[in-house]
Amino acid sequence: MTSTAGVAPANPHETATKAPRGRKLTGYWLILPGALWLLVFFVIPFYSLLAASLFDPKGSPLTGYDMTWHFGNFVDAFDQYKGQIGRSILYAGIATLTCLVVGYVLAYAIAFKAGRWKNLMLVLVIAPFFTSFLLRTLSWKLILADDGWVVSAAQTLHLTNLLNLIGLTSTDDRLLATPFAVIAGLTYNFLPFMVLPLYASLEKVDIRLIEASGDLYASPIRGFFKVTFPLSLPGVVAGTLLTFIPAAGDYVNAQLLGSPNTRMVGNSIQNLFTSQGDYAAAGALSVILMVIIVAAVMLYVRTAGTEELV
Amino acid sequence: MRAARRWVGNHLILGLGLLILAYTFVPIAIVVLMSFNDSSKSRNVYKFQKFTTDHWLHPHGWANGIWDSVLLSISIAACATVIATVLGTLAAFALVRHRFAGRSAANVIIFLPMASPEIVMGSSLLALFVSAGYGGHLGFITILIAHIMFCLSFVIVTVKARLAGLNDNLEQAAMDLYATESQTFRRITFPLVLPGIVGAALLSFSLSFDDFIITNLNAGQRVTFPMYVYGANQRGVPMEVNVIGTAMFVISIVIVVGNEVVRRRQEKALAA
Amino acid sequence: MSQVHETGTATRAPSGPSRDLKLAQLTKEYATFTAVKALDLVVPQGKFFALLGPSGCGKTTTLRMVAGLETPTSGTIHLGDTEITYDKPYKRPVNTVFQNYALFPHLNIAKNVAFGLERRGIKDHKKQVADMLELVELTSQAHKKPTQMSGGQQQRVALARALINQPEVLLLDEPLGALDLKLRRGMQLELKRIQTEVGLTFVHVTHDQEEAMTMADTIAVMNQGVIEQMGAPNELYENPRTTFVANFLGQSNLIAGEIEGRDGDLVKVRVQGAVASIPADRAHSESGKGWLGIRPEKVLIAEAGQPIDAPGDVITGGYVTDVSFVGVSTQYMVKMPWGQELMVFEQNTGARRMLPVGTKVDISWRPEFAFLLDASQDAKAGIEED
Repeated sequence: MTSTAGVAPANPHETATKAPRGRKLTGYWLILPGALWLLVFFVIPFYSLLAASLFDPKGSPLTGYDMTWHFGNFVDAFDQYKGQIGRSILYAGIATLTCLVVGYVLAYAIAFKAGRWKNLMLVLVIAPFFTSFLLRTLSWKLILADDGWVVSAAQTLHLTNLLNLIGLTSTDDRLLATPFAVIAGLTYNFLPFMVLPLYASLEKVDIRLIEASGDLYASPIRGFFKVTFPLSLPGVVAGTLLTFIPAAGDYVNAQLLGSPNTRMVGNSIQNLFTSQGDYAAAGALSVILMVIIVAAVMLYVRTAGTEELV
Repeated sequence: MRAARRWVGNHLILGLGLLILAYTFVPIAIVVLMSFNDSSKSRNVYKFQKFTTDHWLHPHGWANGIWDSVLLSISIAACATVIATVLGTLAAFALVRHRFAGRSAANVIIFLPMASPEIVMGSSLLALFVSAGYGGHLGFITILIAHIMFCLSFVIVTVKARLAGLNDNLEQAAMDLYATESQTFRRITFPLVLPGIVGAALLSFSLSFDDFIITNLNAGQRVTFPMYVYGANQRGVPMEVNVIGTAMFVISIVIVVGNEVVRRRQEKALAA
Repeated sequence: MSQVHETGTATRAPSGPSRDLKLAQLTKEYATFTAVKALDLVVPQGKFFALLGPSGCGKTTTLRMVAGLETPTSGTIHLGDTEITYDKPYKRPVNTVFQNYALFPHLNIAKNVAFGLERRGIKDHKKQVADMLELVELTSQAHKKPTQMSGGQQQRVALARALINQPEVLLLDEPLGALDLKLRRGMQLELKRIQTEVGLTFVHVTHDQEEAMTMADTIAVMNQGVIEQMGAPNELYENPRTTFVANFLGQSNLIAGEIEGRDGDLVKVRVQGAVASIPADRAHSESGKGWLGIRPEKVLIAEAGQPIDAPGDVITGGYVTDVSFVGVSTQYMVKMPWGQELMVFEQNTGARRMLPVGTKVDISWRPEFAFLLDASQDAKAGIEED
């Protein structure tokens, strides 16, 4: 009630409550520190990595590296580590599929069957994160050990053939140090990353649609595949990505639960960087992994036809 | 007969779900169990041998390096949490409340760290540090930088969700009721966003405390708790680490449950 | 527009000159459309005023400009002689009841209600809050959180939270929209009672014509950013000036006609062969083509050849195409010889049996109930889609 009748401020927009003076700049100031941090320590490092992947492979951390645009690093790295790369994709793929099936059941149970226990079950899904994932992975070592419960049980029940079948490659009645152990570990560790997005999109599904589908498609199974599953697709896409990407780069499970025959690309990158000091090869291998993952994700997202990721 | 089948149909999924949940807790049970394991006879077997409460009662007698690694992890997690929560909260406000050029690009950059494999982020950072001539000085600072980097995205996303879920009618209502801009922020906006900020801080702390892959590449000679566990795996894991694992789990559960209990009690007290 | 103000119970309004709310040439443009176009409006002090219109007509934008939540592109807002066009929301003696109440979820009911007083530095407000909660009958709920209350209770809290500040103008943005029908009727009476009791100026935005007619002293019907017509509820209903008002406020039959010209106090219109006369003050066009309008309940109906109790012309040759029985009345659709279907509502007085579909009928109406509109307007304007 300060301004007198008829005298409007020179530019009404300047004093508008929605956009007060300087508000536009405030946005920049607020985001600047965080954005700078991510720019300097997340985006720029990718360029450093890319640069490292083109270093002269003859260098070492002690003598330093020369930038020689040595594209051969990629060929060498791929050639030498294609086994590990293939295993990473394969193991992560199987673990993701297993997570999808198991996680879907759990997410479905929480979303539609848990009633008033819904929140408690959700807390229980993330509760394993409350303790160290390395310790949890080590626990699997105990469970799957040669003289552990699972193997002994199989032996008492004379199911060792089944055991060898599960172990995929081994024929010596063991689970630990087999591909199975590595995949089981990956599945276990990344399951919550699958369950949470699945739950988030299942929870949005209107229960009445499912009832209506029960009305329209006599069998509940057909109803599920015609109605519920398509509606939960955004969750499926988000969940599989959040599981597959970290699983493909993981090396802890392969290291703790596997054998030299089950090493994944992460193990190689880690070794090249820390033990062998071969930054050029390590950089090249990292770039290859990233490119494969980005290509796989784009292909997958395009096939699944979902764009609401970010 | 049909009723029986329907009952099974209704409870089958729930039963399976509970079974899956139970499975996710088996390794935790083993961590707890192993914290009472007396493995003094043979260090090389990760196997339950004899019950003892020594690890819990005599933390002074723990194997070398455990406490150092735990303290290092706690101090890094604390610093990373404070910095990431502050920076991330500011950024979340910018993204939800302000329109500016480059906003969608910023959203993508924030999303990417959550979708990149840790090994790639870790090796990129290492490449940066090395090329900046910092390769010989890896340690507390470099670990902290890395942890703030990956915690930031999670903080921004968590606080953003809370802010976006906030009805902006509430702030308008406050202004309509004679609250100035700063009073509106203090009395309405901040208290309503606070649970999101606290949640983001807790998440940051646990992500930082538990991180291994990125840390391992950028830690130099320093050893965090996860690095200690990983390293000990080759020599034989001392059972004392399970005490830490169990304590972490119990403390987290107490925080979550305590939070819920306090909230419900407040609600009840107010309703009475 | 000065007027005597006798009910100024507790307002902070300075006594003396009127504190009418005046909007002059108020305009709000967005990047892609104009929400409010050069609006001129005077809301007399102490009145219950309704802004009625379909969604997107600009009524909420107008309200938000008065509240200070939206800045006008041009034009002015005055409260009495004080200009408030660009004042911050917290500087205006105006309070709002928001559409979804916007109660602060982290504060209990008493604190929600006390919020405005506290911001203005009034510390000792216990009694005022208690009185206000009593007025809205929520005394026992003072320590509950908003989420623990029903929609109707939340609505009353929102009202109390605004009223306690004794604003000069109280703005209500579709305040009853989220309530179910029965509760809404109850709250309408309640709001009207409170307004009479406190004597404040209420500006009520709604798309519900029945709600506006029940409560308001004056209604302004808004459409596409402009006010189509303003007046007392019965005035608007009985004598609409545009097809939009005729259709949006109740229902109307609009029959195309040729205006023959004025004859004293009457305007003659040739409608499908017959000549109808319309009182001049109800004729909003005096030449060319026109729409003759008549409300369905004003149309009288009888079986063909039976006498109709009306002095007007009888139009013959229709037949019933649809009958719905709605208790107090029976609603007929009657197909006329020129192909148009007219609505006829007849009171169920029991004087005559219901006419079945297919019955040949004659219709008529008293000339003084008809109105005449300019034919350049769309006859379907304001008819709600569902």
